[in-house]
Amino acid sequence: MSQVTTGLDEPISVAIVAMGGQGGGVLADWIVAMAEQAGWVAQATSVPGVAQRTGATIYYVEMVQGRAGSWPVLSLMPVPGHVDIVIAAELMEAGRAIQRGLVSPERTTLVASTHRSYSMLEKARAGDGRAPSAPVLETARALSHQLVAADMQAIAEGAGSVISAALFGGLAASGRLPFGRDAFEATIRASGVGVAASLRAFSTAFEASLAAPAPLPAAAEPARPAMQGGSKRERAVVEQALARVAAQFPPDAQPMLHHGLRRLVDYQDGAYALEYLDRVARFAARDGLPAHALIIEAARQIAVAMSYDDVIRVADLKTRATRTARVHADILAAADQVVETTEFMHPRVAEICATLPAAMGGWIEGSPALSGLVRRLFEKPRRVRTSRLWGFLQLYLVAGLRPWRRRLLRHQREQAHIEGWLTLALAQNDPALTLEILKCRRLVKGYSDTHARGESRFDRVLAALSLLAGRPDAAEWVRRLREAALADETGRALDGALATVASL
Amino acid sequence: MAERSFAREVEDLRLGAGDEFRGEGILAVTKALLQSGVGYVAGYQGAPISHLMDVLSDAQGILGELGVHFETSASEAAAAATLAASVMYPIRGAVTWKSTAGTNVASDALANLASGGVTGGALIVIGEDYGEGSSIMQERTHAFAMKSQIWLLDPRPNLPSIVAAVEHGFALSEASNTPVMLELRIRACHVHGSFVAKDNVPPPFTLRQALDSPVRDVSRIVLPPASFIHEQEKIHKRWPAAVRYIQEHGLNETMPGDVEELGIVLQGGMYNGVMRALHLLGLADIWGNSRIPLHVLNVTYPLVDADLAAFCAGKRAVLVVEEGQPAYIEPALHAILRKADIATRLNGKDFLPLAGEYTAQVLAAGLRQFLAAQMPSLLEGAAPAPAPAPQIQALAPVVPPRPPSFCTGCPERPIFAALKLVQEELGQHHVAGDIGCHLFALNEPFNIGATTMGYGLGASSASALQVKAGKRAISVMGDGGFWHNGLATGISNAVFNKHDSVVLLVDNHYSAATGGQDIPSSRASNQSRSTQHPIEAAVRGVGAEWVRRVDHTYSVARMRDTLREALTTEAPGPKIVIAASECMLNRQRRERPLFNAAVKRGARMVKPRFGVDEDICTGDHACIRLSGCPSLSVKDSGDPLKEDPVAAIDNSCVGCGNCGEVAEAAVLCPSFYRADIVHNPGRWERAMARLRARVIGALQRRRDAGRLALV
Repeated sequence: MSQVTTGLDEPISVAIVAMGGQGGGVLADWIVAMAEQAGWVAQATSVPGVAQRTGATIYYVEMVQGRAGSWPVLSLMPVPGHVDIVIAAELMEAGRAIQRGLVSPERTTLVASTHRSYSMLEKARAGDGRAPSAPVLETARALSHQLVAADMQAIAEGAGSVISAALFGGLAASGRLPFGRDAFEATIRASGVGVAASLRAFSTAFEASLAAPAPLPAAAEPARPAMQGGSKRERAVVEQALARVAAQFPPDAQPMLHHGLRRLVDYQDGAYALEYLDRVARFAARDGLPAHALIIEAARQIAVAMSYDDVIRVADLKTRATRTARVHADILAAADQVVETTEFMHPRVAEICATLPAAMGGWIEGSPALSGLVRRLFEKPRRVRTSRLWGFLQLYLVAGLRPWRRRLLRHQREQAHIEGWLTLALAQNDPALTLEILKCRRLVKGYSDTHARGESRFDRVLAALSLLAGRPDAAEWVRRLREAALADETGRALDGALATVASL
Repeated sequence: MAERSFAREVEDLRLGAGDEFRGEGILAVTKALLQSGVGYVAGYQGAPISHLMDVLSDAQGILGELGVHFETSASEAAAAATLAASVMYPIRGAVTWKSTAGTNVASDALANLASGGVTGGALIVIGEDYGEGSSIMQERTHAFAMKSQIWLLDPRPNLPSIVAAVEHGFALSEASNTPVMLELRIRACHVHGSFVAKDNVPPPFTLRQALDSPVRDVSRIVLPPASFIHEQEKIHKRWPAAVRYIQEHGLNETMPGDVEELGIVLQGGMYNGVMRALHLLGLADIWGNSRIPLHVLNVTYPLVDADLAAFCAGKRAVLVVEEGQPAYIEPALHAILRKADIATRLNGKDFLPLAGEYTAQVLAAGLRQFLAAQMPSLLEGAAPAPAPAPQIQALAPVVPPRPPSFCTGCPERPIFAALKLVQEELGQHHVAGDIGCHLFALNEPFNIGATTMGYGLGASSASALQVKAGKRAISVMGDGGFWHNGLATGISNAVFNKHDSVVLLVDNHYSAATGGQDIPSSRASNQSRSTQHPIEAAVRGVGAEWVRRVDHTYSVARMRDTLREALTTEAPGPKIVIAASECMLNRQRRERPLFNAAVKRGARMVKPRFGVDEDICTGDHACIRLSGCPSLSVKDSGDPLKEDPVAAIDNSCVGCGNCGEVAEAAVLCPSFYRADIVHNPGRWERAMARLRARVIGALQRRRDAGRLALV
């Protein structure tokens, strides 16, 4: 019987946490190959199974310097508190590794990509369902022995490679494995696939991991927007609007008002921007909240409401020069490639009538025979090729309706809806409640059915105000109703919340 | 063709005596089979043994040279029945599948095989899909081994032990005329290691010899009175023969230690975990030396009573490490000790959990309790178990779950988007699920599917729900499940019993969930298999009349209309909708290299992909709730007026077209666009594009000039 030699040899343990399809297996293979090349004994294993299909998964490697005549007995799974290196191919997967106890302050080097790949639950929420990154990063810093954190996904994409190569660079930079940079690079070369790009990603990640994290640039708000283009008359009107912002509104609300002006001048014209300021000004008198929260919120929500998304707006945005440039950049098109763009439009009777002069639109909508005719003639999915002249012209002409927008049915309806909402908000004595009512505008978004559903939820939430009248916690209830309205697509959460309010 | 190619690994199957084989555990099994002179191999793919099937599939050249017959069986039942060739002939045969799911399916044939017994070695390689990474019900194969009297090997999870288990498995089978199961857990299947190879051995008795000089013996057939004789033989002949072989060849290992008052009896598969747990407590090193003696059961059924009694005798206490429930070894050991009148205390699932995976952490905790009770002095040097940091709790509400889902561009997603749209019109329906990728529809964003009863059992699991009602039941079945048994148990059953429900057959051209293996209806031509047998012909062949096929599942509107028709038609009998589009993973693997090569060659190639106009998207995410594509995500809007993130499509988009179809069919939103990137455009095409860009640019500049912008 040989003697137990406890404490003398400890394997180096590496856990790789990733999503299926991210190449965690490739990274594990590289680590094993590098260790074996150096004469070490390495063992790797994984539990891929069904998690290969985009689910969270884990790979585990142990390695130890070989000993003549003996073969090590290595673990097939990480033991919390006894993992030397955790490599996380996504930030929340790093969080999950911490939750599993794999990261310990005494021992663990955590090499984590800080990028986010949002889970289905986060993406599908109507509002902002994204999990915050900061708590995970803070915990990672607090609970790891050493943290190497960088956006490995961006580095990999920049190098035309995949994240495993960048993470390998981060691992090399951590210095935690007893192998030099040469050994890492030799391993990539020996793998023989996409070597040049992998080495670029490796090298960039290596440098980025050694560099101190750059401080976040302070977001500087430009003092006052400058004007570009436009007729003399139009410039005078916008000048007047800018002057009003400077004179009539507190400085901390001015940046948001400038955003509003920018949006509405672009959406319609200077006169429309002045109407906007009139509306926001009604709230300025009421603002009893700290930091001018009410004015800022009014400036935001009214701008969004007034720049409702109609067919003209969509056509306008899709036919701009900046849009062509953005598409080419987004899809990484090279200069020598030709790009064809196709838009998916589905105009229905409602949208068509809304884009007609109010009287005519209302008339057609009111007549089943006429609207049936319009449905038969026009209501069908349309694929518009905006890279071709004819397709482009169709949208260009629709966008050209902008000067007539004020006379169209949609505009009149939107204005009435906005006025109803603002009047309701201003009718409250409690500024906190006024603020919450303004924020409810967030429920109205999307197009066609989604828009209709959002608007109906908005109406239902505000209808509950009559039940909340006089309650000191009315604002809090409106906030809860709004959150419930955003929580699920079936509307069950909102039904429940409304039932609770009814029972108060 | 399978998702992963093993062209390189296959070369390792040619290694000869003295060469070092390096690779995954399950690949070591393939090499061990060839070294053992196996005559035929069959099986059904599924994690964690898919790679065994895939590597053999890629190794048909070598198998042919050796004269080894290889089958990709239609199901585990078919694979198990294949072992019938070893009943009368001295031919070694091996079959493999995922367990217990596959063993459930195979158990009819296994019971018959085990009753009559075998002449040639019959080895069943079991991928025990248990614990982390598993996708099936948590059960034990051990029960099957016991009920049919099939020996169960559970070797230590390292390549030399696994290879030895294969070789001994055949010999044990032959020595005791009993089939043998070799159980490999998930991590053991995927463990990377090495062993010293031997030469491959061509089967000494060939299948051709068997066919040319057939032999029969009615006493080997399960028919009275032979079946009664089989039962006696099992107990009086085969069992003692097996015990003798196990003892003579030392299949179980006793490892000494200086703390002789204690001992641990463990399944071989638990060995590395137990050693790590002992190491954590300072009672073992990483070179295989333990202070507490171990008795490692590389054979967990049958138990060798005498060896176990001898190991336990004279000890103060012994711990049994047996993963999974119910426990079979621990109660058996209690009985052995009681009968032998040995007073050693026996602990097991009183200190270790009754259920759940025995991770090294769990084992360390159980060992700690065992030692605290039986010999606390041993714990004096051990470091305390690390307490979880309090900050970890705070992450619970932050870190979102990430279950597996449909891949980017998956053709099944639009099917469920269409079903979701139909249900918005016609109300929620009872949807019976099946096994396969389509089961991911259970989760967000589709939330479709009420039950799953087994592979290919989608349609039959809606059998009771066939009475007249306001709504019809819908059942889902994949093409994998369809050929596995769904044609008979699902479609034929539905036709025969005059079902009124809708059967949605998801035909992605492969057994996709298990790694993209070919099946009878695969479209590709496969040199060693007969493919291209349409599902539609099969269902019509068993009498289905209302059959609709949608050949492009991405046409969400067509898919929706077809499903609506199926749910509302007055036609009698089952309404069968075949939704057919190729698995995108496989399609990309096939097409991407060709595409890249063509681009390199200078050919004109068009690559479609989708995008979202961020200034048109309002951040309602309705598209995500109807699609769920990994490449469709969200990002900051960059606009202070928009609080919520906007949709965005990243560069992993494969341009499947689903986004546009969904936007159209659901009348969602105009922010989607398709961009066709033309690689190597022709001179004329480039000139026209330049001309168009010039005209469009002029129009854009004209409008911009009239517009006042605040910057």
